[in-house]
Amino acid sequence: MADAKPTAARKGTATAYRPADVSPQRRVQRRRSLRAWSVRHARGLEWLYGRFASVFLALHPLWKAVGYARAEKPVRVVERQVKGLLFDCRMCGQCILSSTGMSCPMNCPKQLRNGPCGGVRANGHCEVEPDMPCVWVKAWEGAQRMKGGEAILAVQKPVDQSLRETSAWLRVTAQAATEREKARAGEQAGEQA
Amino acid sequence: MIPSHPHQGRPPHPDENPAGPHLPLDPLPGHSSRGRLERVLRRGEFAVTAELNPPDSADPEDVYERARIFDGWVDGINAVDASGANCHMSSVGICALLTRMGYAPIMQISCRDRNRIAIQGDVLGAAAMGVMNILCLTGDGVQAGDQPGAKPVFDLDCMSLLQTVRTMRDEARFLSGRNLTTPPAVFLGAAINPFAPPYDFRPLRLAKKIAAGAQFVQSQYCFDVAMFRDYMARVRDLGLHESCFILCGVGPLASARTARWMRSNVPGVHIPDAVVARLEGAADQKQEGKRLCIDIIDEVKEIEGVAGIHVMAYRQEEYVAEIVHESGVLKGRRPWRREPRPDDALVAERLDHILHDAPVESPQEIVRDVTQ
Repeated sequence: MADAKPTAARKGTATAYRPADVSPQRRVQRRRSLRAWSVRHARGLEWLYGRFASVFLALHPLWKAVGYARAEKPVRVVERQVKGLLFDCRMCGQCILSSTGMSCPMNCPKQLRNGPCGGVRANGHCEVEPDMPCVWVKAWEGAQRMKGGEAILAVQKPVDQSLRETSAWLRVTAQAATEREKARAGEQAGEQA
Repeated sequence: MIPSHPHQGRPPHPDENPAGPHLPLDPLPGHSSRGRLERVLRRGEFAVTAELNPPDSADPEDVYERARIFDGWVDGINAVDASGANCHMSSVGICALLTRMGYAPIMQISCRDRNRIAIQGDVLGAAAMGVMNILCLTGDGVQAGDQPGAKPVFDLDCMSLLQTVRTMRDEARFLSGRNLTTPPAVFLGAAINPFAPPYDFRPLRLAKKIAAGAQFVQSQYCFDVAMFRDYMARVRDLGLHESCFILCGVGPLASARTARWMRSNVPGVHIPDAVVARLEGAADQKQEGKRLCIDIIDEVKEIEGVAGIHVMAYRQEEYVAEIVHESGVLKGRRPWRREPRPDDALVAERLDHILHDAPVESPQEIVRDVTQ
């Protein structure tokens, strides 16, 4: 857990010059990202997200007509821009923002999806990037503001790396549509019986 | 080797096979491992674990030597997985050596260096070698260690790692769903840090870890007993101490300078100013550090829900025995030294064969055989 070894001196001599924002994950933050704002307005965004998801689901016939595969590219472009601006989205393709207080967990240098690590500094900043507030400290704040904030307590599965750079919106919509159809089919079968 | 009377006149130890102490144990009902740590904890005894300082060497004797000083004082030895992101002998390697000598290691797995494929393989390998306890960690960031240019993996996180190993153990399958013929019977652990923000979330995070499969937890260094007490009060409110064994992390500080250094350089360590001041005011700082550690143990062992202590005496391992003895946490109990593995008889037979029966081939003999 702890390993006391004077490494700072060694690290300093590695190169003559090191840029200030060096991070092992090399995730350059968008300059106009509204991350902090989004967490402060987690509740509003939660509501908006709910509406938006139902609109997307209502558009299911359209997606089906166009073909989910063909819709993927334009939707992905829009999704990347919108979520990138609001959350500094990393396009993991399996969005769990509603379970993380509208603070994108992929911005954590350790990409933790289940809560803060033990290295959070006393001021609430990140162990790896001392200038950045801990993504999960923010997530906890955001979750307090949300209606479904207790979703933060659910254990999340590991990221499916093969879904990177794909649209989470379309996948969620397709899943919801399939489930809805299944439920309807079940109802019809029940009526006939 | 086999004694005529299994117990040689003494009453049988609660942790030994009734047919003889040389025989491996069967798992007890409700236990997930055959390990002694689980037995001690489930019996309600105050457990003591310690951390082995991993050697920067390829010599097995280094590991044996470092483990020997814990003989008879601890219930489990943590084999760290490149702690602080510093390169050392791997935890799998240390565990292989320790189980060979009959110790009860707690293998730490950190998610920093290996992906899910490597980790699941290591879990099986470790369990096959007789590892009964696995501690699932996220791991410190690579920036903290001696190789800040390394690629951080973090494929799983501590929570999904717990879930993965539990799936392997309870459902006998990999994360992919592929079946295992023999699942790893391990006691699952995790780490907690009650001393880092967000403080309100920390007890709930423990609840989450328990939901993911944690059966015991070891805490980060506790130097702030008041803070730990508050944390434990919330843990008790949530009833978590009943579904998980909580071991409080403690350790001696070598000096006020070390304390200050650790505070600013080791991620997640919280040392109050009062502690630093107490060390600074002492004539013999090292002795005072040990005294402080014992004082902290005296306080935390009285907190309801604390099932044991985890002693992290980095580079002061020789003090562990003194600390455990002087704090009296074992209450006269003597933890086991030697524990046979299920395959020990097989190894002994094979070893006998290697040492006595099979012709030993020296390079000279090979040359002679070829030239003849």
